[in-house]
Amino acid sequence: MPKADKKNKKPKRTEGGPVRLSVRKTYKLFIGGAFPRSESGRSYVVHDADGAFLANASLASRKDVRDAVVAARKAFGPWAARTAYNRGQILYRIAEMLEGRRAQFVAELRATGRSAEAAGAEVDAAVDRWVWYAGWADKVAAVAGNPNAVAGPFLNISTPVPTGVVGVLAPEGSPLLGLASVLAPAIATGNTAVAVADSPLVAVTFAEVLATSDLPGGVVNILTGHRAELAPWLAGHMDVNALDLAGASAELAAECERAAASNLKRVLRPADEDWHADPGLRRLTAFLETRTVWHPVGV
Amino acid sequence: MIFDTGYAPAPESTSVVDLRASYGLFIDGGFVTGKETFPTINPATEETLAEVALAGAGEVDAAVAAARTAYENVWGPMPGAERAKYLYRIARIIQERSRELAVLETLDNGKPIRETRDVDLPLVAAHFFHYAGWADKLEYAGYGTTPVGVAGQVIPWNFPLLMLAWKIAPALACGNTVVLKPAETTPLTALAFAEICQQAELPAGVVNIVTGAGETGRLLVEHPGVDKVAFTGSTEVGRQIAHALAGTSKRLSLELGGKGANIVFDDAPLDQAVEGVVNAIFFNQGHVCCAGSRLLVQESVAEELLAKLRARMETLVVGDPLDKNTDVGAVNSAAQLARIRELVASGVEEGAEPWSPPCALPERGFWFAPTVFTCVAASHRVAREEIFGPVLSVLTFRTPEEAVEKANNTPYGLSAGIWTEKGSRILAVAEKLRAGVVWANTFNQFDPASPFGGFKESGYGREGGRHGLEAYLAQG
Repeated sequence: MPKADKKNKKPKRTEGGPVRLSVRKTYKLFIGGAFPRSESGRSYVVHDADGAFLANASLASRKDVRDAVVAARKAFGPWAARTAYNRGQILYRIAEMLEGRRAQFVAELRATGRSAEAAGAEVDAAVDRWVWYAGWADKVAAVAGNPNAVAGPFLNISTPVPTGVVGVLAPEGSPLLGLASVLAPAIATGNTAVAVADSPLVAVTFAEVLATSDLPGGVVNILTGHRAELAPWLAGHMDVNALDLAGASAELAAECERAAASNLKRVLRPADEDWHADPGLRRLTAFLETRTVWHPVGV
Repeated sequence: MIFDTGYAPAPESTSVVDLRASYGLFIDGGFVTGKETFPTINPATEETLAEVALAGAGEVDAAVAAARTAYENVWGPMPGAERAKYLYRIARIIQERSRELAVLETLDNGKPIRETRDVDLPLVAAHFFHYAGWADKLEYAGYGTTPVGVAGQVIPWNFPLLMLAWKIAPALACGNTVVLKPAETTPLTALAFAEICQQAELPAGVVNIVTGAGETGRLLVEHPGVDKVAFTGSTEVGRQIAHALAGTSKRLSLELGGKGANIVFDDAPLDQAVEGVVNAIFFNQGHVCCAGSRLLVQESVAEELLAKLRARMETLVVGDPLDKNTDVGAVNSAAQLARIRELVASGVEEGAEPWSPPCALPERGFWFAPTVFTCVAASHRVAREEIFGPVLSVLTFRTPEEAVEKANNTPYGLSAGIWTEKGSRILAVAEKLRAGVVWANTFNQFDPASPFGGFKESGYGREGGRHGLEAYLAQG
């Protein structure tokens, strides 16, 4: 709940009228384009930086992880088959929707203890990050793929294609920009994602942005809860193809990487990241496969 | 001659090879003896070719230390243009000694001389030649110019020298130094390569060769002095390595198993497709990770295609790998033969129907007749597991969608084939196949300029071409 709303917490008597109670938002998970509660029925209390109650967020379970993976798998084929131009348009739409909700995100980030200035800078950077990756959707093939000059009468072309379902541990300490920085590169190229969020309220509000951006349901799924509880299930899931461990401690990352070996997931290890810095191509290319097609040349 | 092929025997002479009774380990530019040795045999005759040193912890330590010293003092700081010239030298020496190396490979591996002579060795030389040229052009490739450091590389027995080239050439071009372990059944061409490094005056420690079995490989990949691990082999061992490297800062690339689908549509030129199907599964005795081991044929042409396939298989010459007429040589080892037999027995037990051409196999050595299974269900082990032998499983389909679904219905994703005259269908199907290499109206083509590697449990990383540099550069 935004800090700005705090003054509205107490019932407010309007001139001569009845007491007006503000309407709170229920913070739920984001799976397959819908907002379900955790199937476990569990929730956990989220406080603001001053320790005041903000909300009961959904405490996702192993079953929620599995439901989210099913949704992401179902969404993968059609999302990967969209034209790159179309994916780029949808990512740009996400930036538009985010920009439109700037004040709300500033308020929610301030509730986590950030200054107005820092909160504003994070929202602006997140919007810009979505725009940056939106533009990559139809350019990455030109940079990561190429024809190969083989010594024979063949046409031979290598093309980057998405890896599949990417499990994401969103980075700590950067609830909106960090989330943008790990989700955008994964889905820009046609992957789908299951993300374990860091800051639950910002992440769920961000899911509302996704839900109103023409992004097909299931392309991004967001779970709130305990990272250390959920991550190993995601890492060991046989229908997840890759892991971005941005938000994992060294210990959790090692545990996840061991679990990931079961089906040889592609693993992006955690690194010291400055989320405000130029992201480069590392995350964009980490979840791409190269497919090389040969055909004889002849008349 | 195993059976009457109508061809007179045409054996390749082995006089070009000078086999020694025993071989040491190649560490820091010289050969050192090991505390223990193991024999390497000719799988076509079961005769011992030589005794080879078994590297233990001490020897692996010494090899990694030599590679580290060479990396820091010599090879890492050397300008790319100078590294390039060493690699060009190596490529030239391989070309000069290619007949000797081809015969040696055939003796140690069991594959036909025609393949080592016409496929393996030309590709080995070409791979060094290709990556030599990259050494001073890394800044244009898009992965930075900083090497990773010391690479620990473990390779399989199916293309011993070619896999060595795929590992060593890009590693050296990017400024890394290497410790390489060849497979225990095929160490001899790697040791001949060590001599080539000496002839090329490659600085000591840049290339180190340690021979041994799985334990030597484990010591190498888990060695704390290794910065990058590259492995080609089974998916099971690949998983173990990925597990062992979790939580370390080591980089890893894996080229693992496959169960490639070779899809023949009803409009394909069938005679051409049959040649492709034969090449896809019987090339190198089927000891090929990207083999087209599942034939998916459109129902309407299945009968016609299978009749042509059987007729073609009857002309395959199975036998002496040194005979230039031989199409299918010896299975590489008793262990591999046992695995092929076990999987084939499971196919029979599960209800698939095997067929092999009449074919008398030699009494000594390890042999398996080319075999095709029909009446195969997708659930059969012969349709799911990598056999790594001359055994083809045939399934049928009705629509392109069904073909794609069946092709992708595997945890592997290394290769696939498409046979059709319709260009738009090739492109549509290729786009949906979850495989790293798709051969359309051809199969088993390899080239140093072309990236190779898998999706899913066939591993990660690419070898060959510009993409092959990524695994050996620190990416800034």
